[in-house]
Amino acid sequence: MTNRRQFIKITAFGAGALAIGSGAYKAMAGFSSTTEAAKLTVNLTRTPTYCEVCFWKCAGWVYKNDEGKIWKIIGNDDDQHCNGRFCPRGTGGVGMYFDEDRLKTPLIRTSERGKQIFKQASWDEALTYIATKMKDIASKHGPESMALFTHGSGSSYFSTLLKAYGSANVAEPSYAQCRGPRDEAFMATFGEEAYSPEITDIRDTKCLVLIGSHIGENMHNGQVQEMSDAIDKGATIITVDPRFSTAAGKSKYWLPIKPSTDIALLLAWIHEIINQEYYDKKYVEKYCSGFDQLKEHVKDYTPEWAYGITTIAPDQIRKTAKEMANAAPAVIVHPGRHVTWYGDDTQRIRAVAILNALLGSWGRRGGFYRPSKQAVPSSEHPEFPTPAKTWSDAFPGKYSVASTPVSNALIDASIPENNPGFAIKGWIVNGTNLVNTIPNQANTLKAIQNLDLMVAIDTMPMEITGWADVILPECTYLERYDNLRVSPHRKPAIALRMPATEPLNETKPGYWIARELSKKLGLEAFFPFEKQEDFLDWQLKKIGSSLEEMIRIGVKTFEREADDLYFANDEAIEFPTDSGKIELYSLAFEQAGFDPMPKYIAHEEPPAGFYRLIYGRAPMHTFSRTANNPNLTDLMDENTVWINPKVAKEWGIVNDQYIWLKNQDEIISEFSIKVRITERIRWDSIYMVHGFGHAQKQMKRCFGRGASDTQLITKVLTDPLMGGTGMRGNFVTFITEKTEQEVAS
Amino acid sequence: MRYAMAVDTKKCVGCSDCVVACQTENNVPIGYCREWVVEVMAGTYPQLEMEIRSERCNHCVNAPCVRCCPTGASHFSDGGIVLVDPKKCIGCGACIASCPYDARYPHPDGHVDKCTFCIHRIKNGLEPACASVCPTKCIYFGDMDDPNSNVSVVLKKRKFKTLIPEAGTDPQLYFLI
Ligand code: SF4
Ligand code: SF4
Ligand code: SF4
Repeated sequence: MTNRRQFIKITAFGAGALAIGSGAYKAMAGFSSTTEAAKLTVNLTRTPTYCEVCFWKCAGWVYKNDEGKIWKIIGNDDDQHCNGRFCPRGTGGVGMYFDEDRLKTPLIRTSERGKQIFKQASWDEALTYIATKMKDIASKHGPESMALFTHGSGSSYFSTLLKAYGSANVAEPSYAQCRGPRDEAFMATFGEEAYSPEITDIRDTKCLVLIGSHIGENMHNGQVQEMSDAIDKGATIITVDPRFSTAAGKSKYWLPIKPSTDIALLLAWIHEIINQEYYDKKYVEKYCSGFDQLKEHVKDYTPEWAYGITTIAPDQIRKTAKEMANAAPAVIVHPGRHVTWYGDDTQRIRAVAILNALLGSWGRRGGFYRPSKQAVPSSEHPEFPTPAKTWSDAFPGKYSVASTPVSNALIDASIPENNPGFAIKGWIVNGTNLVNTIPNQANTLKAIQNLDLMVAIDTMPMEITGWADVILPECTYLERYDNLRVSPHRKPAIALRMPATEPLNETKPGYWIARELSKKLGLEAFFPFEKQEDFLDWQLKKIGSSLEEMIRIGVKTFEREADDLYFANDEAIEFPTDSGKIELYSLAFEQAGFDPMPKYIAHEEPPAGFYRLIYGRAPMHTFSRTANNPNLTDLMDENTVWINPKVAKEWGIVNDQYIWLKNQDEIISEFSIKVRITERIRWDSIYMVHGFGHAQKQMKRCFGRGASDTQLITKVLTDPLMGGTGMRGNFVTFITEKTEQEVAS
Repeated sequence: MRYAMAVDTKKCVGCSDCVVACQTENNVPIGYCREWVVEVMAGTYPQLEMEIRSERCNHCVNAPCVRCCPTGASHFSDGGIVLVDPKKCIGCGACIASCPYDARYPHPDGHVDKCTFCIHRIKNGLEPACASVCPTKCIYFGDMDDPNSNVSVVLKKRKFKTLIPEAGTDPQLYFLI
């Protein structure tokens, strides 16, 4: 695939960019939520930040009380990500700072891995220890034997460090454990990804189709807000989910699909939209390639065919296809976000992308808008050395569609028995609790046991930190500067994060940690600015702002260079795919040896007495990151297992009873979980919220509360295209009482 | 002046942002809350309906808690807002027992606490914290005596209900259905 990121309009720095609305308090009729600062400035100080509780990165203000203590966090009215309203996790972000269980000092292991025996260390000791080991690994195995697993704002610093050291093995689990299949599928189709925040124009849509995507339970803020706007404007919502999700409760059509059959439904929709000639003929003719092959491909995939597979009645399939067509092009078949389900996920999302292309929603109002991003200069540093090997040399030929390192491949390359092309010997794990993020925990732990060095950088003692040789305590986002937030959106914008208060205890910002470590490795040339705020000021001045201005306004929004949020009528567009067209038939996939158009393949079904394990999100938590947050555990302190009443009756299970779950590989949940009997889940599945059942005793509030789905996800359905770890192929049964033997095991 | 609030059950997603924003805004101690979220289900799979709503004190016109308070700590303030004066409150709990909506809780400092409609904010022309944070913008607040207020306008446009009307409390928390 050629040049992959063109949909996005990068606004050049300097170039007469015009700030709008920044810092001006808008007047509203009656009561206003927008004059917070103007009215309440007495005795209060506020500092700008952008939220780090999830990737949405809403910009806001941190307020302190009379005693100078952090009091509350409120959204910044000028921010497109949040429009002045944070989600519950962002509002409860104060709890990350106040959590008394936070990591406080650097720690160095004094005994074998897994036993949590550490000694307190000074920063100098800890960083010297790491640098010595890293030098050792470089000389014995080559620097490419180090890997970084990372999530969040610290990623860029540690990634710079690793690349300077000589390794390109930087993996974000948010790729292969979450949105990777979606990005590759959209790139194969449109030549561009769906971006983050997603470029879904929900506020102006007339029809929103959600396939297993539970907006409202996932609080991806802007989308939740826009879905609400769409409801106000009377948009039709179609939700496909085996569970009656919150979004299903707001939908005109809820299609309670049999799990694992989504591709069949998508193919039937494509069939119907082509056969009834609902598709946007002009758009398809002008912009798409492969239509005839697609038409031929789906000719037998009738709604009747899909009925037998999905359990969705043919007239429901027809009606919903018609609804989409009526709304087109203001229709969104949502790309989803966490899409690693069954191992054919890239192909499933390809079907989603194809459907959008047929409806002509890509680049159209109420469909997908063209994002725009502010360009900011990066600091000048020497060129990174070219690594002798990269992650793909570990297992040549595997996951050839992946455009970024696959975390699970790096883990597999850390296990000698897998005979990797080269061995990974050291890990830096930043801001991601790998033990609970990557399915098949036993495999992850085995990999860790084979390492020469394991460093964990986090704000909290997570499961993963318990396995580290060195633990480095990062301060929370409320206590540090970070790089500017520069995300694509309707208008280009930047946001500043600055410390609202001094870091607690011995904790340090990620930038400082990476830079100090670079000094010990002789790589400080890659971090030319001693203080991050000096870098920010330098950078901001290059784009006509300054640190001083950003401290005052928090968010600066620029005008787009051209009025091109949507495709103009008859606009000639060259899409950044191989053919320059929207590829209904993917040449790139064909070339890589994969199906050029998605096919339905039946997946394994639960054996008798077992139920498919479906997991999801609660609006007040972001997985491990918030598990121990005092404000957020106050809202939800354990997960429950949702069981259909018919199933519960068969088993004699009652509401609020605590039970254990056992999976197909005889793995029993470490902790018991409370039963919630509800009609909201199908009889062939159970549901639980991910991110509970923590086994890390040092997180006192969440230890042993609820059960961990990750522990039960031992069977991984790997996507052959890009290495995504499909996690919905696991089945569980119930244990109402643990026998002595089971308790011991 | 008659303050009231309306919550749109068609838009509320039950995220509890209102709850946590109320807690931080009003320094409600962890473990307590002035508001909460209710989910009501009807039907059997797959014929289901769900209503989600964010609930709090109803600021009743005919408030049993005010009537039964022996010290006068529970009282009506501007615009009919029902308040508790922590200095007068002896924590006897009579009001907690009399409230049909279970809207009050014993504060660990020894007095009873509840939703104040964020009177400290509305006096400054701000919306209540819960209304201003709600990501779905489903909480409407304003003066019922002003026909152009947010709440009057939305109640004119939409069907609504109140909770336990039969208790005769004349609640001022409305739910759009
Ligand atoms: S969506 Fe919520 S958690 Fe995510 S960045 Fe925004 S406020 Fe923070
Ligand atoms: S914040 Fe709004 S959407 Fe969320 S629970 Fe409260 S009222 Fe409902
Ligand atoms: S009006 Fe204020 S006190 Fe009442 S529930 Fe909302 S935030 Fe809490």
